[in-house]
Formats: sequence, C-alpha cells, structure tokens
Amino acid sequence: MIVAGVDVGSLSGETVILRDGDILSYSIVKTGADSAKTAERATEEALKKAGIPFEGIEFTVATGYGRVIVPFADKNITEISCHAKGASYIFPTVRTILDMGGQDCKAIRCNDVGKVTNFAMNDKCAAGTGRFCDVIAEVLDIPLEDIGKISLQAEKDAMISSACAVFAKTEVVTILRRGTPKSEILSGIHEAIASRVFALLQRVGIERDFVITGGIAKNLGVVKKVAEKVGLEPLISQEPQIVGALGAALFAHEMCKKEQP
Amino acid sequence: MIVAGIDVGSLSTKVVVMQDDEILSANTLTTGEEAAVMAEKTLNQALRKANISFDQLENIVATGYGRKSVPFTDKSKSEMMCHARGAYWLFPSARTVIDIGAESVKVIRLNENGGVEDFAGNDKCAAGTGIFLDTMAKAMEVPIEEVGEISLKYKERAQISSMCAVFAESEVVSHVHRGTPRNDILAGIHESIAERIFGMSNRVGIKEDVVITGGVAKNIGMIKALEEKFGVKVYVPEDPEIIGAFGAALIARDSK
Repeated sequence: MIVAGVDVGSLSGETVILRDGDILSYSIVKTGADSAKTAERATEEALKKAGIPFEGIEFTVATGYGRVIVPFADKNITEISCHAKGASYIFPTVRTILDMGGQDCKAIRCNDVGKVTNFAMNDKCAAGTGRFCDVIAEVLDIPLEDIGKISLQAEKDAMISSACAVFAKTEVVTILRRGTPKSEILSGIHEAIASRVFALLQRVGIERDFVITGGIAKNLGVVKKVAEKVGLEPLISQEPQIVGALGAALFAHEMCKKEQP
Repeated sequence: MIVAGIDVGSLSTKVVVMQDDEILSANTLTTGEEAAVMAEKTLNQALRKANISFDQLENIVATGYGRKSVPFTDKSKSEMMCHARGAYWLFPSARTVIDIGAESVKVIRLNENGGVEDFAGNDKCAAGTGIFLDTMAKAMEVPIEEVGEISLKYKERAQISSMCAVFAESEVVSHVHRGTPRNDILAGIHESIAERIFGMSNRVGIKEDVVITGGVAKNIGMIKALEEKFGVKVYVPEDPEIIGAFGAALIARDSK
C-alpha cells in the first residue's frame, strides 16, 4: 500500500511517500507562486526517487498553509496534527513539539499516541519565525544556511531589544555600523527568537521529551539558545523539515487501511 | 520669554523656538546615530533662522524617544504630554490626538482642559507606524512623499491581510507581481494602517474632535483612510511633524 503526505508551507513544500507505513522517499522544494504546482512538483520529485508512477499512490493527505489547494489530495489535515503525528512516529517518547517554520511557529503538546492535547501558535507576526532569520541574514549579507554556524563563534550576544523584525532590522543596521561582530549580532538574534518561542512553549507547558521540527531546527544557533531556555536537550530528527509531511503520510496510511477491509 | 522645544524621534529630530505666543522658527533634521550631536545641530540651525543666540533661551524642554540623550535641556517630558499640549493649543476642541511617528503610534484622549485622560499605543510592533508605510513604499519603489497622492486615485483597495510589516511586505510584492494597480495597493496599505490604529483606539475610545500629528499625518491618503475608518472628520496641523517639539516649547514657556 503506497500513500503520500504533502506539506505545502509558506516557503517550501515537502512530500513523503510511504509503503506499508515505512518511508520510501521524500522531497523538499521551494514554494512557488502557485501552491498547487508546488505540491505537484514536490510529489513528482519524491515519486521519481522511489521509482513509482503517480497512479501508484492510493491515498494522499495534504497539510500546511496551502493544503486546501492541493488538487490531488484525498483529505486535508492541519499542520498541528501532522507535526504531532510525525514527531511521535520518529520519537515515540515525545510530549512537547516546537515547530519552527518559515512564517509561523507552533508549540504543541501531545499524548503517548501522538494525539494533540494542547497547542499555541504565532502566525500573525514574524518574530520567532524563519522570516525573522531571513530578514536579518539579508541585512548581514550572510547566506541563511550559514547563520547558525557563524552565531556559535560568538563570545557574547549583542543585545537585540526588539521582538519586531522590522525594528530589529533597524537595530542590527545600527550596531553593525558600530562595529559589532556579525557572529555576536546573530547570537543576539537567536537569543531574541528563543525568548519568543520559549514564551509560546510556556503557554502550553513543557514536558519531556521535547522535539523541534521545521526548517529552523537545522539552525544550530537557534537550537542551542532554545535548549538553554527550556533546560532540556531537544531531540531533532535527521530531516526536521519533512516531519509535517511525514505525519500527513502516516494519516494517509491509516485512512487507506480503514478503507480497505 | 524665548524658549525651545526639542523632539528627538527615532527617525528625525525637530526643534521649535518660541517667543511668548509666537513660533520664531522650526527645524527638522535626520536623527542618525548620534542623537546628542544632531539635537545640538538642529537647535543651532533653528536659532540661526530665528536670529537668536543660545544664551537668550530661558528654558529648553526635550521630548521624544531620544530625549534623555540631549545634554543641554532643562527638563524632559514624554512625547504623549507634548503632542497633547501642542495639538490642544492649536485645536482647543481636540479630545483625541493620534500621533503617528516613524516607530511609534499613540492614541491619546484629552479632557476639556487638554489634560491626558487615557492613551494606547504600539509597543513592540511596527504595525500602524511610519516604518510600516516606509517598508511598503520601498518594496513598491514609490517615493514616500508621493505615496499619499497616488493612493487617492484607487479604484478598489487591494487586500493586505497581514498586520506584521514583514508579512505585509510579501503580500505587497505579490500584488505588484500580479499586476494590481499601485494606487490600489497603496490605498490597501493605508487601510491596513488605519485598521490597526482603529483597533488601538478601541480601548481608549474616540471622542471628537480628532487631531492627527506626527510625520505620517503629512500623507493625505493616510488621513482619508483614517477619516473613513473612524467615520469622523479629522484635523491636521499645518506642519504635523513638529507638534511634539511645539508642545515641548509650550511646556518650556509655561513652566518657567
């Protein structure tokens, strides 16, 4: 039984293909102007890797902010449920999930079977999201992939008092001109992000094990700051960006099994 | 009696020099990084315009976010007090003052005597402020001075659903790519800012007359959008940007 999970986010789209509940392949593509096309591209790429034709998929679940416009999906499920499902598949002991995406951030609590028991999210403001990192990386003229590593070289944090990305950008321009090293600025920025997401986590309460998912989980600088604030070493999967799509695929697998007696 | 009011804002520094009931000169410069140096420069230029020497000033009051960094003032007062004072002096019927600056926005409610009854403002967020407008104008490559006029010729306001400046900027960029007329986009941006300020004002309530101060009040499109959102006529001083400095000068005059 072959199923697919598709996560159409604001900045990237991911597809995970499962065969009988095991991961066969996955893909990550950048989101284009058209969400439906993004979903198609991601799925085609994952299918190619697995060597399976499109018709081979028996059931597809879509998630993410663009989930309602995935034309070939059999069902839509929220990112919150999918991240909990995916994280709990990889780490069965997980009880708290922090999903840090391109344009939003979610703190999710789940039970021992990966069912959501509580959540809090920020999608109204760029503070604490990938976009915040993006804005600052651009000002500093550093590739986004490198900011985590560079921030770890800092001996101390530059003080960033603004939570708002626009105000923080102004602050960064000023302290950069004063000669503050980029590593210290980035470390300060990561601290600001960590404070913001920690507040979100506190709203739902933190219980171990603690998992970070989403693209920002690849930024070691942010992960370190979050770990310091939370006081727990976060678990991070090999590819944290596909956890939502994985959850969607797992739901697809369950639903498909129910349909086939 | 000759006095001066200095308003050190996040973007620009304003000075008003007064003698009794009359404004002798006003001057505005970009604040930059050295607030103290620029405050002095702005004041010196204003004094030169008025043909007054520094020693003739009997009292100086500073206001604005950088007010504490001005070394030569006698006193400092909050922007809120100064905007209330300046607006009430010009419009004694003012009961609500909305000050829209570069990085701050405040809705201030006054009583019959011009005293501050209540206020609400942005705290840590750029929504509703001048920098929000500036970010959008930059994304559209429209000079900030032209934004107001252009926005008036809209047919249908473009929908800007994000409150966050960073997210709204992406929305604006996709409107540009989609070919939405720039008049419509700018009108949508003004509506979004008006919406945010309206939300802020709910807590303090809006009482007529309403006066708008701060640099953003120079934007006619913004004023129209606010009038529509609030459903009342709003009054704008001739030079809305200097009202904080003007209020500071009035306080300097009256407290001596």
